[in-house]
Amino acid sequence: MKRKIVQIIAFGYSNAHLLNFKGGKIYQGKWKQFCNPGLNCYSCPAAGFACPIGALQAVNGSMEFQFSFYVVGVLLAFGVLLGRAVCGWLCPFGLIQELIHRIPSPKLRLKKIFLYLKYLVLVVFVFVLPVTATNYMGMGKPAFCQYICPAGTLQGGIPLLGTHEELRRTIGALFSLKMAILLLTIVGCIFIYRFFCRTLCPLGAIYGLMNKVSLCHLEVDKNRCVNCGKCKNICKMEVDPVREPDSAECIRCGACAQICPKNAIDVGLTKQDRKCRDAEKSV
Amino acid sequence: MNSRSKCFARIIIAVTACGFLVYGTARGEVEIVLNKAVNICLECIGLG
Repeated sequence: MKRKIVQIIAFGYSNAHLLNFKGGKIYQGKWKQFCNPGLNCYSCPAAGFACPIGALQAVNGSMEFQFSFYVVGVLLAFGVLLGRAVCGWLCPFGLIQELIHRIPSPKLRLKKIFLYLKYLVLVVFVFVLPVTATNYMGMGKPAFCQYICPAGTLQGGIPLLGTHEELRRTIGALFSLKMAILLLTIVGCIFIYRFFCRTLCPLGAIYGLMNKVSLCHLEVDKNRCVNCGKCKNICKMEVDPVREPDSAECIRCGACAQICPKNAIDVGLTKQDRKCRDAEKSV
Repeated sequence: MNSRSKCFARIIIAVTACGFLVYGTARGEVEIVLNKAVNICLECIGLG
């Protein structure tokens, strides 16, 4: 419940300019020079910050630079502090995926091989293509945004095309491709928890790599653990917290810590949580 | 990775992040980000 409230607040601050949906405008203030920690399209009329993946490609594909120190610095800072807790607590598109997953349906598991796809997407579409596939002026296009990102189609494309007649006239094969990817994502999220997050999200790949060192971490007290397996069974990201507390897939949602009958699991920045839970239990 | 090397890695990454942020801002990357973010990105919405 606490996590849902934080997610809703994060969604709200990321998309505070709701009135822009009416006129089909996008927010153009100075706050957009700052990157949102989670995936949130900056072409969404309500968006108040820049999408870090879009910003990274914009700088990587610019005429002046081939690498964005600014955006990578932002991602390293968020990553070392929170790791994939950003995905679990702050990412607006993560919340959308979780809500879609609530649609009643049989829930499926994801084959492990698909988890590696997001690293390929990160390297090819975010770093390589914007730098190498350039025009005569030396400018590259944001390949991930252009060919894959379903958040852009959902948050930016659909609302803007709904309000701009001149944009609707330019719809072509590319938009059909992006709509197909959006539909695939929605269907995937109905059956598989955070389908896009786990298979295609380059931001999830970056934060996942930083999970091993992030200050927000998961810790298992092996002296308390009785290997009941409850934590592994409750994890929707299909992580075994006892064996892999630093797994790149763990979004630090805390479900394992809540279910643990021995309070052996700690998720957070400090060890205070376990002491508090012990005190609560004794009361 | 033991806790000591994790702590060391955190410090290195945090310092690198600060350095990158300062250097990126100083060489004008923020303007590129802002310029991209305040205009409708046709690629992002599937028209580019």
